[in-house]
Amino acid sequence: MGSIKRISKELTELTESPPEGITVELADESNVYEWKVIMEGPESSPYYNGKFLVKLSLPTEYPFKPPTVSFATKIYHPNVTNDEKGSMCLGMLRADEWKPSSKIAAVLQFARQLLSEPMPDDAVEGRIAEQYKNDRGRYEEVAREWTRKHAC
Amino acid sequence: MDSDDDFMSDVSSQDDFLGTQGSEDESLGEDFDDLDAGFSDDKDLIKHKKKPYEVEFKVLDPPDIEREQVGQVNEVCAVLGLPPESVAILLRFGRWKKEKLIESYMEHPEETLEEAGLGSNFEGTAKTERVPGFMCDICCEDGDDLETYAMRCGHRFCVDCYRHYLGQKIKEEGEAARIQCPGDGCNRIVDYKSLDLLVTKELQGRYRELLTRTYVDDKENLKWCPAPNCQYAIDCGVKNRDLRRIVPTVRCFCKHEFCFGCSLNDHQPAPCKLVKMWLQKCEDDSETANWISANTKECTKCNSTIEKNGGCNHMTCRKCKYEFCWMCMGLWSEHGTSWYNCNRYEEKSGADARSAQAKSRSSLERYLHYYNRYANHEQSAKLDKDLYLKTEKKMTSLQSQSGLSWIEVQFLDTASQALQQCRQTLKWTYAFAFYLARNNLTEIFEDNQKDLEMAVESLSEMFEKPVAELAELKVDILDKTAYCNKRRVILLSDTAENLKNATTFCVRGVLEILRILHVSSFDEGFSFAQSISTTFDPLTMKCKGFPWETGGHSAETEPIYADQMSLVRGLQSHRGSACPGQKSRVLFSASSPRLKRDLNLS
Ligand SMILES: [Zn+2]
Ligand SMILES: [Zn+2]
Ligand SMILES: [Zn+2]
Ligand SMILES: [Zn+2]
Ligand SMILES: [Zn+2]
Ligand SMILES: [Zn+2]
Repeated sequence: MGSIKRISKELTELTESPPEGITVELADESNVYEWKVIMEGPESSPYYNGKFLVKLSLPTEYPFKPPTVSFATKIYHPNVTNDEKGSMCLGMLRADEWKPSSKIAAVLQFARQLLSEPMPDDAVEGRIAEQYKNDRGRYEEVAREWTRKHAC
Repeated sequence: MDSDDDFMSDVSSQDDFLGTQGSEDESLGEDFDDLDAGFSDDKDLIKHKKKPYEVEFKVLDPPDIEREQVGQVNEVCAVLGLPPESVAILLRFGRWKKEKLIESYMEHPEETLEEAGLGSNFEGTAKTERVPGFMCDICCEDGDDLETYAMRCGHRFCVDCYRHYLGQKIKEEGEAARIQCPGDGCNRIVDYKSLDLLVTKELQGRYRELLTRTYVDDKENLKWCPAPNCQYAIDCGVKNRDLRRIVPTVRCFCKHEFCFGCSLNDHQPAPCKLVKMWLQKCEDDSETANWISANTKECTKCNSTIEKNGGCNHMTCRKCKYEFCWMCMGLWSEHGTSWYNCNRYEEKSGADARSAQAKSRSSLERYLHYYNRYANHEQSAKLDKDLYLKTEKKMTSLQSQSGLSWIEVQFLDTASQALQQCRQTLKWTYAFAFYLARNNLTEIFEDNQKDLEMAVESLSEMFEKPVAELAELKVDILDKTAYCNKRRVILLSDTAENLKNATTFCVRGVLEILRILHVSSFDEGFSFAQSISTTFDPLTMKCKGFPWETGGHSAETEPIYADQMSLVRGLQSHRGSACPGQKSRVLFSASSPRLKRDLNLS
């Protein structure tokens, strides 16, 4: 499969005209399957002013299998696991919803959108999701605090 | 799609033999079935003179099932005038409820097609093409000689990518009916014509296999035979809501006999739900019952349950301070000087106490009575295989010893099969009887049971005779075999008919609670039950399944459970909580650890 050709094309497009608040580069110039993404916290979110290091890994079956997205920078968010992995798995990132014609740009935009609009019903961190639903103020406070501590 | 859920939801609904009040809307399903019946499914069901406990069914092999699908697609094609590959998608989406689909399509064609994953464009035929200036969105290859394919939605990809995508869905993900166009955000379902054009014969076969699986799963009247590696499916019209009245035993071409309702091995005459309850009860009770029976006794004065945890026979009740002897249950003071050594089993106070003890244990003993008989027949059923092998050996040696021909010794095989079948039936009659309240019909049932059991045991006895005597017993064995079969048919027929007229079997329910709690007057009990419990129906004198009889707890049974707890508590406090012994009596019926905990029974 022409997976290298497809990946290079996407990388070029993303470098030349990056989506808002997102910059990408290869983690290691010799490996097109591991990407380093810097994601800026959206203005409307408690992550604002934070710069999050996000790792994007492409499986060898890409684009027939979806990429995986994980936050290397600690983040307080219902849809990101609060462990050293910082993984995120929902929507188009799930194997059964992924389409081979879906693009990495869309994946990254989806992930950034999730910072402004968490999806507590599909949470991986139940406690944060509860707080997000019942005590929004406190959630935003903690998220801001973590952003200041880890992402600035 | 209300009727889609019919199958699942019906399990816990309807005024079944436990008196559960149905709240489900079954009319939709019913309407639909009637309409569906209008379309002839060319069901050449096996027709013969049916006994009351037999149901109509037919056995289908995979090609039959495929033909059935094709037939239905063609019927709907003729009505809607859409291409067959699209109709197949539509039917799968609507779980093969033809009438409902046609109706929905007639009313809102566009929405129906969209929801099913079809567009409104039915032009063109499936073919691969070369398109000048094309670049594949998946692999980013281009070139004028690139072979490409697009479904009617127009999302075009190179054939290699399309193929890879379909292969992954079918082989790795086991998907068939819901494979979407590879286009980002496109929900069009891949049709079989596109698929056949693109993938290998092998994958096409796998795809059809998967579709057939979905088809059988979607149809309420179809079920796979549960025997390992069996490829047949059974077509039977018995609906889930009929299961409280009918026990639909079916027989596959592979000879496996199973219940169409629950897929367990044949369990006539006991209805599915009762079988489920019984199996659960056996699981829950086996340890509790054995432990209680071996390790506890009730204080003869106040009835609290007392656990013996040391070797000493001198027991003092923690509640009422009554002192008695563990061995003979008599007053400790009467033991005189024979401390720690009971030798007065015959004394009167001990005898009286023991009979009280026996009474308070009757509930447990009642269960054990039925359980032991059930387990005994089950055990014998497990020996069936040995028995059969033994039979074959006997037949061979009988042949050589007596000079009888193979045909002539076949009676042993027949007898052995009858034995197996009768034991299977007997086993379930005991589970069934456990749940029956005493009335005339129960007595008839038990008479039938007794007759069959006696016949079975005497046949079994003959069967064990030495080979040399078997030839002489041939006529007797043949007679006994015929008699066993006859008794079985009578038992099953009588029970099936009574079951069909549901109300005649009064299943233990509230009556059980009243008995357990020693409520002496039923009037008193009923007015109380009524005032406390919303699940109690004064007309049928039944309650929705009792926690210790239904076993498991789910979100669905939770409110019923809460209600029953208040019923039990209410009855307890009504009777005056003076004697904690009342609680310990509940313990004996309360198999569920949760109920025990909730009733504060330590
Ligand atoms: Zn391609
Ligand atoms: Zn499409
Ligand atoms: Zn079978
Ligand atoms: Zn059943
Ligand atoms: Zn006592
Ligand atoms: Zn004694």
